[in-house]
Amino acid sequence: TMVYKRMVEIGRVVYVAKGENEGKLATIVNIVDGNKVLLDGPASGVLRSVRNLKDLQLTKFKVPIRLQQRTKNVEKAWTEAEISKKWQESTWAKKLAARKLRSTLSDFDRYKLMRAKQARNRLVKVELAKLKKAARKA
Amino acid sequence: TQMAGAKKATPRFRRNYELATGIMRFSAARMYHKRGTALNKKTKVAKKAVAPVAKFVTKKVGGSKNGGDRKVLVKKGPTFLKEDHVLDTAAKVRRNPKVQSLRKSITPGTVLIILAGRHKGKRVVFLKQLEKSGLLLVTGPHKLNNVPLRRIGQSFVIATSTKVDVSGVKLPETLTDAYFKRTHAKVEKKGEKADIFASGHQEYKVSEQRKTDQKLVDKAVLTAIKKHPEHKFLRGYFSTRFSIRKNQQPHAMVF
Repeated sequence: TMVYKRMVEIGRVVYVAKGENEGKLATIVNIVDGNKVLLDGPASGVLRSVRNLKDLQLTKFKVPIRLQQRTKNVEKAWTEAEISKKWQESTWAKKLAARKLRSTLSDFDRYKLMRAKQARNRLVKVELAKLKKAARKA
Repeated sequence: TQMAGAKKATPRFRRNYELATGIMRFSAARMYHKRGTALNKKTKVAKKAVAPVAKFVTKKVGGSKNGGDRKVLVKKGPTFLKEDHVLDTAAKVRRNPKVQSLRKSITPGTVLIILAGRHKGKRVVFLKQLEKSGLLLVTGPHKLNNVPLRRIGQSFVIATSTKVDVSGVKLPETLTDAYFKRTHAKVEKKGEKADIFASGHQEYKVSEQRKTDQKLVDKAVLTAIKKHPEHKFLRGYFSTRFSIRKNQQPHAMVF
């Protein structure tokens, strides 16, 4: 059976995927019902508000806070846990950044990227051929 | 409770009513007959006759030899005519054909992607807009992608954000719409004099004038390309055709 590792719980850091504050992180401060939670994200500019869980994606991070803690204390716990820094280092955030970069590439940039890929693949091909040759001799 | 001074609402009795949500007592067809719209005969409305406005007024004139009456114009012309008869009529406004306005993204030096024709997919340099037709004057440069100096409509190109500084490129004055106009071979006579063995097709030959102009412009454009900070990539960029790859949606792309 599948075991859920990320729960909707107090202190869970979520990624706002849709609607207002799209692309920002926030913490769950309280749970309203099966669909809605109270969010607060003072470090990332998300005002305390109730949001539908359909708009949110759970991250692997958790902030040590208690139920309904004030914004000031949420921010303190957030900075102590270094959530912003850890998020930047995560694969998820890197993928998002890469996607954003790719969407802003101009036609000329795409051409340069194509050339860079060709150059890289050429190097890989040469190295692979060397290894193959060495393997054949051995 | 009713507000002071408000009229008592007259109760409205509806012919049709809901039996259950979404189900009406009478069908649309029943209601049509109940309303009696079919019985209302369409009456023709007579057009109002417009009384003709009289141009003249007949006035009685004295004197036995004057015929009794005169027709006098109701609207009299100007009392005095202008000294110059030409000034009597209002000058006609001469209308010139409007010059096609270009997209903001197309400025001299913009790299364009050609979308149609034999050069489709090629990246070219925009030089200037031709005055009369409003078409774009572009060049490959010919050395890089075989696109000569030619005209193209702005709706057949994508403007990219890449620009070449062509402020130093001096174009010959002769590069106008007339220069690029197509010449058609004369149609042979029909009938008895027709030469049925004459070959109809004439091969297009590039004139010496065009060759020299191409060399002159391309030399300047190529030096301009060389001044671009990324000129090493730019040469290859011009000689590569644009195409849409997997998962690329042109409307969602930035050029």
